[in-house]
Amino acid sequence: MAAVATCGTGAGSTGSVVAAGSKNHVTSFQRRGPRASGSDSSYSRLVSIAGTRPSVRNGQLLVSTGLPALDQLLGGGLAVGTVLLIEEDKYNIYSSLLFKYFLAEGIINGHTLLVASAKEDPADILQELPAPLLDDNFKKDFDEEACNHKTAESNIKMKIAWRYQLLPKMEAGPVSSSRFGHYYDASKKMPQELIEASKWHGFFFPEKSSSTLNIEPCSLTHGYIKLLQFIQNIIYEEGFDGSNPQKKQKNILRIGIQNLGSPLWGDDICCTENGNSHSLTKFLYVLRGLLRTSLSACMITMPTHLIQNKAIISRVTNLSDTVVGLESFIGSERETNPLYKDYHGLIHIRQIPRLNNLIYDVSDVKDLAFKLKRKLFTIEFLHTNTDRVNTEKTFITSDFRVIHVF
Amino acid sequence: DQLLNRPRSLSGPSGKLTLLCDANTDGSFLVHHFLSFYLKANCKVCFVALIQSFSHYNIVGQKLGVSLTVARECGQLVFLEGLKSSVDVFFRAQAEPHPLQFLREANAENLQPLYEFVREALKPVDDGEAAWRCPVLLVDDLSVLLSLGMGAVAVLDFIHYCRATVCWERKGNIVALVHDSGDTEDEENNILLNGLSHQSHLILRAEGLATGFCRDVHGQLRILWRTPSQPTTQRDQSLTYQYKIQDKSVSFFAKGMSPAVL
Repeated sequence: MAAVATCGTGAGSTGSVVAAGSKNHVTSFQRRGPRASGSDSSYSRLVSIAGTRPSVRNGQLLVSTGLPALDQLLGGGLAVGTVLLIEEDKYNIYSSLLFKYFLAEGIINGHTLLVASAKEDPADILQELPAPLLDDNFKKDFDEEACNHKTAESNIKMKIAWRYQLLPKMEAGPVSSSRFGHYYDASKKMPQELIEASKWHGFFFPEKSSSTLNIEPCSLTHGYIKLLQFIQNIIYEEGFDGSNPQKKQKNILRIGIQNLGSPLWGDDICCTENGNSHSLTKFLYVLRGLLRTSLSACMITMPTHLIQNKAIISRVTNLSDTVVGLESFIGSERETNPLYKDYHGLIHIRQIPRLNNLIYDVSDVKDLAFKLKRKLFTIEFLHTNTDRVNTEKTFITSDFRVIHVF
Repeated sequence: DQLLNRPRSLSGPSGKLTLLCDANTDGSFLVHHFLSFYLKANCKVCFVALIQSFSHYNIVGQKLGVSLTVARECGQLVFLEGLKSSVDVFFRAQAEPHPLQFLREANAENLQPLYEFVREALKPVDDGEAAWRCPVLLVDDLSVLLSLGMGAVAVLDFIHYCRATVCWERKGNIVALVHDSGDTEDEENNILLNGLSHQSHLILRAEGLATGFCRDVHGQLRILWRTPSQPTTQRDQSLTYQYKIQDKSVSFFAKGMSPAVL
C-alpha cells in the first residue's frame, strides 16, 4: 500500500501528525483540517492504519468498539487515546461480552492487544472470543473497497413484475461493506489461526504480583502500579507513542482491563466505605495520560455497583472519557415487566467526551435497551407500544381511527 | 460571547477570583471562553490544564479565534499539561521538584511545588519585553486534584497562596473550575466548593436542566456577583440565563425564550 510506505519515509515532516521521534506533540488527536494539499498525505497516513477512520465531526481518529450499534451511539466509534468505561451489570454477563467484542474487533483488524485481568488468564479470555460474521457475498477485503466492480448478477428480465426490476437489490443480511465495525456470532468461537496470528500481551495479576516494585510506594495499590508499568513498557517498547522511529507501520494498541476496582486487584473500595479512595482515581489519571500520548484506546469494565463510596463513582466518571452503564434485567423485577419483554437489559450512555470541540454527538433518545440474540447484540430505542397492552393488536391510525386486528 | 452585560473591563478593579462550577453538565465551555478571552485581551496566562491535552484546547481555541501554539511560543501562555506531565513524573524520578510531585508521594501534604510553578510562571519580567497586561491563572479543574490524593484543605491552601501572589501582589485574576457533585456525598468536594464560593467575586454556575436532557437548551447558567471582602447589606446580584452550545460559540437567552420554543 503506497499510503503505508509514506509512513516510514515521510514521518515527522508535518508537525501535526503523530510524528515518530518528536516528543513535543506526540498526541493521537489529529485535526483533519481543510488545509493545503500537504494535509492530504497526512490524512492518508491516518486512514492507513487498519481498522480506524476519522470522525466526521472533528477529525478524531476512531476505532470500533466491536459493536456497530454502540459505535453509532458514541458518535462513530471510540476515539483513539480515550478510555471507555463500562459500568458492569450485576452478574457481569453482558459487560464481559462487550469486552470480548472489543478484543475480537482488535484481532480482526490486526491491532495489538493488551489484556489485563485479575480473574482469568488472558490466554483463556482470548480462546473464548466470538467468531466474526463474514458474509460470503462481501468478502472482507482490507486493501480496497471492492464493492464497486462486483459483477452484475445475471439480469433475469422480469416479465410480469417488470416495475420491480428498477428497484435496487435487497441486501441479504447484516452486511458491513466498509472495514470498520464487524458483527460477531456469540455462539461460535474465533478460529484458532486468527488468534495465533494476532499479537497480544497479557497481564494476569496473580502471576505478576510477586515481583518487586521499582517505584516508590505512593498511594496506588500494588496491582495498579504493576499494571501501569506493564502498559507503559509495552507502549514504549513497541513504539505506540512514536518513540521508535523505525516502525514502518503504525498500529493501534487496544487495552482491555477487566473488573478494575474489584477486590481481586487488591483494591478495597468494593469492600469498605473508607477504603483507599485515591488509588483507582490516580490510576485512571495516569492511564489517561499514557493513552493521550500514544496510539491506543482502552476499554475498562468496572463493577461500579459494588463500590461502597458513591463519591468515587462520580470521580471515576469525571476522569473517564466515555462512560456506558449496563443494567441487565436478570433477577430484577423488571424481568416480568411487559414493557421490557423483548429485551435483556438497558444501556445508559452516561458520558460522551467533547473532544476538540465545544459540542458532541449525542442521540436524542436516552432510553436504550439491548438484547442478545444468538448472533447479534442489538441496541434499540425503547418505546412504548400500544399493542403490548392487549392481546389483540390495536392500531391507531394517523387520523385517530382505531383498528382492531385479531 | 458578549454574554454578558457584565462589566468586562480589565481596567476596572482586578484581583478577582472567578469560580466556575458545573453540576450535572459539562462546564468546560466556560473554561474555553475565559482562555480565549484573556489571550485576546493580551494578558499573560498561566493555564494549569489537568483534564485534557494541549491539542484539545488548541483546536477549540482556534474555533474561538486564538492560537495557543503562537501564544505559548511568544511567552504569553504558560501551559502545564497535566496528563502528559503526570506520565513523566510517575514513571521517572525527577531531578528537581516537579509541579505534579504529589503523584509520586504516598501522603503529599500540600501543593507547594505547583504553587511555585505558578509563581514562577507569572513572575513579572523585565521591561525589555512587550508588557502583557495583568497576569491570569486558569485552572481546569480543581476537583481532579482531589481525585489525585490531595485533601480539600490542601487545595484551598493552594488557591489561597495563589490569590496572595496573583491577585494581591500582582493584581491579576484567577479563574478555576470545580465540579459540583450534587447528591453524591463527596464531602471533600463540597468543602472545596463551599470554601471557594465564599472567597470568589464572581460565580458562574452551569447546571443541567432540572427536567433532563433537551436538544435545544443545553443548560442553565447562573451568574452571581459577590463582594467577599466587605460585608454588605445589599444582596448580591444574580442573573440566570439558559444556553445552547454551538460549534463556535454559545448562545444565551432568557429562561424560556429559547428560539426552539418561540
